[in-house]
Amino acid sequence: MGGKVLMKGNEAIGEAAIRANCAAFFGYPITPQTEVSAYMAKKMPKIGRVFLQAESEIAAINMVYGAAGTGVRCMTSSSSPGISLKAEGVSYIAAGELPCVIVDIVRGGPGLGSIQPAQSDYHQVTKGLGHGDYNMPVLAPASIQEMVDLIIDAFDLADIYRTPVMVMADGMMGQMMEPVEFKERTAKAMPEKTWAANGLNGRTKHNIINTLYLDAVPMENVNIRLQKKFKAIKENEVRYELFNCEDADLIFVAYGTTSRICKSVIGLAAKEGIKLGLIRPITLWPFPAEAFEKTMGMTKNGYLSVEMSCGQMVDDVRATVLGRKPVEFYGRSGGMIPEPQDILDKVKELVGGAK
Amino acid sequence: MAVVFERPKALIDVSTHYCPGCTHGIIHRLVAEVIDELGIVDKTIGVAPVGCSVLAYNYFACDMFEAAHGRAPACATGIKRTNPDKVVFTYQGDGDLAAIGAAEIVHAAARGEKLTTIFVNNCIYGMTGGQMAPTTLPGQKTETSPYGRNVETEGYPIRVSEMLATLDGAYYVERVSVDTVPNVIKAKKAIKKAFENQLAGKGFSIVEVLSICPTNWGLSPIESMQWLKDNMIPYYPLGLKKDKSTEEVK
Repeated sequence: MGGKVLMKGNEAIGEAAIRANCAAFFGYPITPQTEVSAYMAKKMPKIGRVFLQAESEIAAINMVYGAAGTGVRCMTSSSSPGISLKAEGVSYIAAGELPCVIVDIVRGGPGLGSIQPAQSDYHQVTKGLGHGDYNMPVLAPASIQEMVDLIIDAFDLADIYRTPVMVMADGMMGQMMEPVEFKERTAKAMPEKTWAANGLNGRTKHNIINTLYLDAVPMENVNIRLQKKFKAIKENEVRYELFNCEDADLIFVAYGTTSRICKSVIGLAAKEGIKLGLIRPITLWPFPAEAFEKTMGMTKNGYLSVEMSCGQMVDDVRATVLGRKPVEFYGRSGGMIPEPQDILDKVKELVGGAK
Repeated sequence: MAVVFERPKALIDVSTHYCPGCTHGIIHRLVAEVIDELGIVDKTIGVAPVGCSVLAYNYFACDMFEAAHGRAPACATGIKRTNPDKVVFTYQGDGDLAAIGAAEIVHAAARGEKLTTIFVNNCIYGMTGGQMAPTTLPGQKTETSPYGRNVETEGYPIRVSEMLATLDGAYYVERVSVDTVPNVIKAKKAIKKAFENQLAGKGFSIVEVLSICPTNWGLSPIESMQWLKDNMIPYYPLGLKKDKSTEEVK
């Protein structure tokens, strides 16, 4: 398919996964991500691949554990309450070092929450999600085109590092339509999956997909190995966008939908003589610390983290800035989307009004 | 000299962690003998549960998974759906399958997943030291039913085989026991059928195996076999609960 097509975010996720050679999708209906499942239900059987609606998000992630353990590319998707349910399974997948992609189309919470867009899963997904010492790459698109590109990258990252990879987008990204282009990509060479438990097929030693280590020494050794991998991901896979940061009165930190709103605010503020910049993390984990080192000297009044949450990413901003510049927060929650004017008012409060 | 008895090739030559007198050893052996006889070790993938048989992945020579507690049928579904030419079995205890994994086993059966499940029922949680299971009998004393299971407060045991046999997706359901030699022979026949069904592309097959737990029952192995016969078999009657192949003949 050449050229641009108009697609809803959730459907674009499905199409991108298919193009990334995803062999199996295991889902469970939950708003606002259900269209991913519906798209896969329609497309996957027609091309001889697996679509299965599981009995729960728990079952779906454990089906991913099984399929991924045999070495096939597979994925699941859900929204916030369902992601909480997947936490146990993701911990097992990370410990078993199984490549897979998980999509979280975030909605308002806590609890059953709302079905409107939110970014309040930031803490749970960037801190690993389940129990134990681990992280997984978390990619946050800000357009449907970027969603498509990141889904395909996510499958590659998963295979290269043998890790679950999360693509997290707020409900707005899942529900809105934008033109997208599925660019021709040459498939990268991926490591051979000699570890896969897909039948001996003449192999003399059996492969085991396992996360149990009854003794502490081998368990710690697993953690040492995992931490080495996480360090490599931190060194090689950080992604972010810097926008308009030179000589800024204040720099926004925002991802996904809020980053787009902040870009509008940058335009509004310019008309009033206020110069604003933006750090847009694309990888939420690893968090782009480098973007702050680069911009620390460029911002007069520090950073303003703008989120659709009650203040989650701002913790990582503070932990990165370490008091060298002021770090402030503005957010709406529960499914509310920040208004550009309200953000601008907050900016004026911080930079001392129009100059 | 002719060898008349030896370790099945599908079992690795290691000593197991099972308690003296435990019947997991017999059941492992039966599964391994069936894998050998069907010549499928090369294409079999097993899924171990959480519970006493958690380390089964160290004992079976085929490729193995260790699943999260209760999730073996979901894990096996993921394996089988993406590898339909492979033979996939789960080996699960009663806590794993009938309590925390009740949803997964019911839906794997309802979907008619082409899997083989070996369900070992010994009326107790063994690995954690003898707590009440969904299969613990009325009046049976355990760590968490120290005065005997009171059905008023702890409810009734679940007859898993009878429950699953009601599902259209279940192809073959049989309950067997390993308390006597004739019963062990019957158990092997049932396990073999459950694997043969999968090889023939048929739906979900489960064999419930009544088993003993001398350690947590506080009985000797011989007393345990008697206890199984006197208490478990009356509550969990042995025999075929469902076989769609005979229904097909009709």
